[in-house]
Amino acid sequence: MAEPILALESLTKRFGALLVSDAVSLTIAPGELHAVIGPNGAGKTTLIGQIAGALAPDSGRILFNGRDVTQLPAHARARLGLARSFQISSVIPSFSAYDNVALAAQSRSGQPLSPLRLARRDPELDGRTREALAELGLSARADKPAGELSHGERRARELAIALALEPTLMVLDEPMAGTGHDESRRLVEILQGLKRRVAILLVEHDMDAVFALADRVSVLVYGRVIACGSPDAVRADPAVRAAYLGEEAG
Amino acid sequence: MLVTLVILFAVLAALPWLGALGVKGYVLSFATRMMIFAIAAVSLDFILGFGGLVSFGHAAYMGIGAYAAGILVAEGQEDALLGLAVALLVAAGFAAATGAVAMRTKGVAFIMITLAFGQMAYFVANALSEYGGSDGLTLWTRSTVFGQKLLKSETVFYYVVLGCLVACTALVLALTGSRFGRALRASRENPARVAALGYDVDRIRLAAYVVSAMLCAVAGFLLANQSSFVSPGVMSWQRSGELIVMVVLGGMGTVAGAIVGAFAFLLLEELLSLVTVHWKLVFGPFLVLVVLLGRGGLMGFLRGGGRG
Repeated sequence: MAEPILALESLTKRFGALLVSDAVSLTIAPGELHAVIGPNGAGKTTLIGQIAGALAPDSGRILFNGRDVTQLPAHARARLGLARSFQISSVIPSFSAYDNVALAAQSRSGQPLSPLRLARRDPELDGRTREALAELGLSARADKPAGELSHGERRARELAIALALEPTLMVLDEPMAGTGHDESRRLVEILQGLKRRVAILLVEHDMDAVFALADRVSVLVYGRVIACGSPDAVRADPAVRAAYLGEEAG
Repeated sequence: MLVTLVILFAVLAALPWLGALGVKGYVLSFATRMMIFAIAAVSLDFILGFGGLVSFGHAAYMGIGAYAAGILVAEGQEDALLGLAVALLVAAGFAAATGAVAMRTKGVAFIMITLAFGQMAYFVANALSEYGGSDGLTLWTRSTVFGQKLLKSETVFYYVVLGCLVACTALVLALTGSRFGRALRASRENPARVAALGYDVDRIRLAAYVVSAMLCAVAGFLLANQSSFVSPGVMSWQRSGELIVMVVLGGMGTVAGAIVGAFAFLLLEELLSLVTVHWKLVFGPFLVLVVLLGRGGLMGFLRGGGRG
């Protein structure tokens, strides 16, 4: 197996007495879609926070493309090609969808902070911005202010922003959260399209989506990985059924 | 907004020509003062309106510019370009050092820490006994340009100040419209998102803070030259508060608003104090009304009127 894009080595994080990440280890291979599932409060978002650099783990290591990034701040990890989406759509409210995506494209350009280049209608960024918007079906909504998009469009925009960063790893925090059936199906199709082009760590509650998309699934319960394997193996795992899926299957 | 600016600058450029219509030296001198404060307000708007950084110690940078002018003249160095260079360098150094610490804080803590650094500068100025201490320092001459006493003429000085205001406004507009400005504006609204996109938010803010401080120092340098006097009062915390009021009064994050706000503030202060010594009783409620009724300050009213 090729060297993993992302490797977590016994990541541990406490909030006071609460152990939110308990020696979490997992790897993501290039082009792999690795899903992390678990009941509410299992520590999924906290785990994403540590991977993205918004939270510092108490112990353990995070290797990104073989490089130890445990001490790097969030922006430095993003520059290395790690894109994160947020569970609650997180954008610049006063910017249009276009400007939100262009801000991401700008970050990957040679001069992300040039004080001399006019940002509006920047031809260098325009192509990548429009491509990302088109891929997520948002071309017609590009000039809408952030607040005027529907919920499904906001989820798509969140992905468009991540895509415009041209990442090698996307860490997606519940991209389907709160979407209707049709919107979910559409997002699954979009993620199918992204799969293989970019490695994806997918945290998701929508089990249909997870089992349709994932190459491997890790199950997180009370901060611990209790199972990791192919979707079928995980589905059949008695411990998983007892702790989590069992409720639904039961 | 650009229209407002063009009209404003055109009127300002024409003002000295209205001498035949009875514009007296007093008016010219007051307009000069308004423009100097407008430069300071524009510099503050750059970080307050566009960067979301409420600096409550910005008067310190006016003070640094003013003392650079005063001290150099007192030491026999009257060249304006030298004075301006020193003002810019010292302001940039003080801003970089204090800003690096202040950027570690957020919200109210940021306000308090900039206030603390501002007060630090204020007390240093008070302690400069060689340069007048708390009594201040009188400049026996205005700065010279290549040895020529060009700035002595009120009209020439007026146009130099107008030129500085136009240049500062153009610079801030260009910066806020640039890639740098887009990242700065974005980090005002959602710094976590901007960081997740690969931007070092603290560095962006610090860079903006240093630029803002340097522009504010230009205003201080001009102020000392205009009034031929510098005292620690120029960097009192009340002055920092007035600068914030000017920006909020005019409308944050519009550049033109900062200029309009500075003009309105000084005009009202001047006119009301002619009417009554208790002018602050009228001025205070007026500010409250503008902030409550017009979300976007005076510029908000202008824009609303345009639409109606």
